[in-house]
Amino acid sequence: MVFVGIWQAYVSLFDVSPLLVASPLDVGDSFIAGWTSGELASATLLTLKILGMGMAFGMTAAAVFTTVATWTRIGEDVLVLLTSMLNPLPSIAILPLAILWFGLSSTALVVVIANAVTWPIAINLSMGFRTVPSTLLMVGRNLGLRGARMVKDVLMPAALPHIISGVKTGWAFGWRTIIAAELVFGVAGGGGGLGFFINESRYFLRVPDVFAGLVTIALIGIALETLFNLIEKKTVIKWGMKGEAETDTTPARSQ
Amino acid sequence: MSERLPKTNQATSSREPLLAVDHVQIGYNVDKKLNIAVRDASFEIFAGEKMMLLGPSGSGKSTILKAVAGFLKPVGGRIVIAGRESLEPEPDRAVVFQEFDQLFPWRTVEDNVAYSLRVTGRDKREAAATAKRYIEMMGLSLAADRYPHQLSGGMKQRVAIARALALDPLMLLMDEPFGSLDAQTRSRLQREVHEISERTHVTILFVTHSIQEALFLGDRVVVLADAPSHVQEIVDVSGADDPDSEEFITLRRHLRQLLAEDEQDVHHAVFE
Ligand SMILES: Nc1ncnc2c1ncn2[C@@H]1O[C@H](COP(=O)(O)OP(=O)(O)OP(=O)(O)O)[C@@H](O)[C@H]1O
Ligand SMILES: [Mg+2]
Repeated sequence: MVFVGIWQAYVSLFDVSPLLVASPLDVGDSFIAGWTSGELASATLLTLKILGMGMAFGMTAAAVFTTVATWTRIGEDVLVLLTSMLNPLPSIAILPLAILWFGLSSTALVVVIANAVTWPIAINLSMGFRTVPSTLLMVGRNLGLRGARMVKDVLMPAALPHIISGVKTGWAFGWRTIIAAELVFGVAGGGGGLGFFINESRYFLRVPDVFAGLVTIALIGIALETLFNLIEKKTVIKWGMKGEAETDTTPARSQ
Repeated sequence: MSERLPKTNQATSSREPLLAVDHVQIGYNVDKKLNIAVRDASFEIFAGEKMMLLGPSGSGKSTILKAVAGFLKPVGGRIVIAGRESLEPEPDRAVVFQEFDQLFPWRTVEDNVAYSLRVTGRDKREAAATAKRYIEMMGLSLAADRYPHQLSGGMKQRVAIARALALDPLMLLMDEPFGSLDAQTRSRLQREVHEISERTHVTILFVTHSIQEALFLGDRVVVLADAPSHVQEIVDVSGADDPDSEEFITLRRHLRQLLAEDEQDVHHAVFE
């Protein structure tokens, strides 16, 4: 609120060019107009849809990789090699390659997102599996649990703190990547998501719309952060499992 | 409460041992080399009996218990339980561990017990009712809806015992379940387990390195010798429950000599 006040004051008092910084009131108007006209809403939905698909593929891939890696010795070496190679690579960097392979399509975007989220989730998941207390595994075996039942009833819940922080990091990577990718797509003339909306608004000098797009990005970020915190509160924090496992095992990295 | 009387009585009447550990040798693979941890162990446990495994640290007590539980395969000899050999871990030998993290942190006290019953084939209603009964028996009713992290160490071990007893196992395998507890809580839980076992006649294999605990809880004591581990002697201690009795003191002296820790007061034995 204070921030918005200062922002409005800055724009009003210093007579800033509306082509550089839009006033909060204008941004508010554009934000509401964009959502009521459906333009901003459909752009956001498209972005979230592609992100969701990428996340789904990425999470599945991470689950498969990690399970294979946990089961086999060689698998673990391969996973370590792949994650150490691909995780530090800014995920947007493989966009040109994805475009080359899949054209200017949403498939290319999904591939880029999937790659962005797979590695942080895989790292956290395998860390989660490896740190399950051996006593708990013995209790599971003692109860006659084997295979899938053991994974579902013991390994997964025991690794939940790591799984959640993996998905959290994966989502953050995916979200940044898709906006960046859409900005690139916007330049190339395809797409239609939130990044594209921002880029197009810039092109037509609709500065309040640019800001409305940014506000949308920020709001979605806050909403998902809140959702993750809520999930943690209802699960791992309530169960007293989030202590040492709290720290993220993925090194921070910017796009 | 009169749980499990039929099963035990039946087995007791025919003097077949419930568990036979027959010249068992157990090792661990360390760097592709087999390290023998237990060289030669033999003993039998009859239904309803409380057998204590006593020995210094590293004498292979946990190793033998894990082999009986099915977590380790002996490299020699045989382990026969109720006529069956070469066993996988199954809930018919319910294990209580020393570690406090043996409870599922994401399940409440009651659900920890009820879940174990559900996955071992009881229907939901029966599981819930049985879980309630055993939780009450271990004096945990007020904590039934709490999560494990909200319990003290002693309460956690009580839940683990309730969970194991509720499974109505052929035998209870306990690996120093009170080893991490303070002396007061430990002796309280010893009394409770003693009382419950007198009442239910549950068969117990109990690992300890406290002579006092072995004498108080046990009917017989398998005394293990250290490296290379083997059975030194099997001592009948069934009469020695009262720490002030003549028999208790005589047996304690005997066990101390076996363990060669004459001067040391077992009450102050160092627990890992
Ligand atoms: N996982 C393992 N891998 C290799 N060696 C092991 C392993 N577990 C135990 N050992 C070895 O086997 C021997 C017996 O160990 P065990 O844990 O059975 O002893 P214990 O009598 O239970 O001792 P404590 O009273 O300290 O619990 C020890 O020499 C130990 O070093
Ligand atoms: Mg031990």
